[in-house]
Amino acid sequence: MIALSDYLILAAIMFSISVAGIFLNRKNIIIILMSIELMLLSVNINFIAFSHFLGDLAGQVFVFFILTVAAAEAAIGLAILVVLFRNKRTIDVDELDTMKG
Amino acid sequence: MADNMVNIYIWIVLSPLIGSIIAGFFGHRVGRSGAHWVTIIGVAISCVLSIYVYKHINIDGGETFNGTIFTWLETAEYSFVVGFLVDELTSMMMVVVTFVSLMVHIYTIGYMKEDPGYQRFFSYISLFTFSMLMLVMANNFMQLFFGWEAVGLVSYLLIGFWYTRDTAIYANMKAFLVNRVGDFGFLLGIAGVLMYFGSLDYATVFAGVGDVNGQTMEIIPGSHWSVMTVICISLFIGAMGKSAQVPLHVWLPDSMEGPTPISALIHAATMVTAGIFMVTRMSPLFEFSETALSFVLVIGAITALFMGFLGLVQNDIKRVVAYSTLSQLGYMTVALGASAYAAGVFHLMTHAFFKALLFLGAGSVIIAMHHEQDMRKMGGLRKYMPFTWITSLIGTLALIGTPFFAGYYSKDSIILAVQQSQIAGSSFAYFAVLAGVFITALYSFRMYFLVFHGKERMDEHTREHLHETDKVVWIPLVLLAIPSVFVGAFFVGDMAFGDFFGKAIFVLPEHDVLAKVGENFHGWFAMGLHAFVPGPAWFAAAGVLVAWFFYMKRPDIPDWFEQKLSFVHNVLVNKYFADKFNEVVFAGGSRGIGKFLWQIGDVKIIDGLIVNGSAKTVGAISAVIRHIQTGYLYHYAFAMIIGLIILMGLFVL
Repeated sequence: MIALSDYLILAAIMFSISVAGIFLNRKNIIIILMSIELMLLSVNINFIAFSHFLGDLAGQVFVFFILTVAAAEAAIGLAILVVLFRNKRTIDVDELDTMKG
Repeated sequence: MADNMVNIYIWIVLSPLIGSIIAGFFGHRVGRSGAHWVTIIGVAISCVLSIYVYKHINIDGGETFNGTIFTWLETAEYSFVVGFLVDELTSMMMVVVTFVSLMVHIYTIGYMKEDPGYQRFFSYISLFTFSMLMLVMANNFMQLFFGWEAVGLVSYLLIGFWYTRDTAIYANMKAFLVNRVGDFGFLLGIAGVLMYFGSLDYATVFAGVGDVNGQTMEIIPGSHWSVMTVICISLFIGAMGKSAQVPLHVWLPDSMEGPTPISALIHAATMVTAGIFMVTRMSPLFEFSETALSFVLVIGAITALFMGFLGLVQNDIKRVVAYSTLSQLGYMTVALGASAYAAGVFHLMTHAFFKALLFLGAGSVIIAMHHEQDMRKMGGLRKYMPFTWITSLIGTLALIGTPFFAGYYSKDSIILAVQQSQIAGSSFAYFAVLAGVFITALYSFRMYFLVFHGKERMDEHTREHLHETDKVVWIPLVLLAIPSVFVGAFFVGDMAFGDFFGKAIFVLPEHDVLAKVGENFHGWFAMGLHAFVPGPAWFAAAGVLVAWFFYMKRPDIPDWFEQKLSFVHNVLVNKYFADKFNEVVFAGGSRGIGKFLWQIGDVKIIDGLIVNGSAKTVGAISAVIRHIQTGYLYHYAFAMIIGLIILMGLFVL
């Protein structure tokens, strides 16, 4: 039998990896997008785990919502990425510093 | 009957206003003669009705009128109205104002004959008559202030009538500014009245004196001042501006830049006496503040004596008369300070006639001399201008207080009243008015001799054209000369010592100096004869003699004085350096303060420190702060995560 804590540890590890992924990567914006997706998935695992162990379906309903939003977000994120690349001819995170004060 | 009288009062005020509007706004359409006819008719209606009102109130003993004509503004606590108070004092003032004004209107036809601003001039003087009537007929402080400012405005317009002359513009600006100083005090006084009495209506205020008397106010913390004294002195500061008392006298001599009829009407006979009238009207207030009365007395005495001295060294004929006006206004003020209000107003009335006469006489001389005003270039005009000569002589005799002339009765009443007065400063005032008599006679006859007698000092060209002026000029002179002789003897018993003013003037029994003087009064003839025992009339005679000796017999003596006493002469010619003082201290001071506020206050502190300074501070701080804004996405994300962790940490712990 797999305990609840196992799921939570897994989710926490996934979340940490994605956070590290956001600011350790210096090269590619796509990796940031992927990290965000991973974050959302780790949250989903939390929801599913709690839902199962507490016998409450509301958590699983939330997961559906989050998946939908994640799909939409990925679509928009990639669209922005394409436009960004057209304008800047790069998706290198280190070179995207227009907001520098 | 009462309704009829109200209509009359309204028409007295409105007819000059209508004339003024027609002459002013439709001047081109009605033309020159149209303008003078319409204004003269307006003022004549006003004058005739005023005489009727005078008869109704003062002779037939009709009821005094105190009522509201029009409510201008009503608030929960106060109401501001246009209302008339017509009693003995008002009706007398109305007659004086409208009569002198009518004379001046007629005279102006001759004086301004060739002036392009003819219609404008008539419009202004009619407007003046309207304003002055509003002032004297007011039954509340609001309307009094309206009239007060309106006459000030007309005075400003008329001093600067010849607006292309720099000196005229300078003079009207000066008059306006100096009057603002006085008006500020006046406004404070009115505000004080409204604050402590809760009303602006004369009757209500005078009835409330008992409650306010004895109250104190604390303007500077720790010092308690009597409310009555503060209010009275503030009001009197207004009178000092309008009636040209030291130290606010500086505008009046310069106001002679205006045309001569104006000097006669506004700056001698009527407007400048508004202050005297106002203080008399406020006698129920002034009576309860001995400090204020002393203040009035001392200011008046200083003006009466020291302004007379200045008349001795002036060479401009109009300026001599102007300084004499200042000095006479000082006499009236002295009378007010000594609680002899009736004598002050009596002198106001006689003075209005003979001073208007003197000014118009001077104007007549100026016309004949082709607008030459320097007395050193006149002399011997007696032969050429008989009417002007005789009337001017009458005016001069009345002014110096020759027995049986108008000025004698009024001025002697004042001197006798001051002698009886017990309040602080009265002995100084007595000395000042007595010495003033000698000075008055000296400068008046100096002017008279220099103009009408002695060598003819004008150039050939002017002499050839010398002749008596037009009828419209000398007829008003004659009409003014008549009251200048008789009005004193006629009114002295009633006005100064009798019950002429009824309830219009209030005097406390312990201040009633006129009653004490009146005990020795046995009719006008006895008073005239009284001049022959040593007294003021001897001073006047001495003045005339000295003037005759100095300026007719030995003209070298004044020159000798001038050289020997050049310091004194210099002080007098410079008018005690009052103008210099004002220019350097007040004008220079305010320019200095202005410059300081501009360069230090505005440029440095407001622009430099507050406006640009805060912008610069923001710039400097953001110059440091902006290094945090790297523009890298992962830095922002990192900051968000850190923030999230901190918030969660706070939440969980």
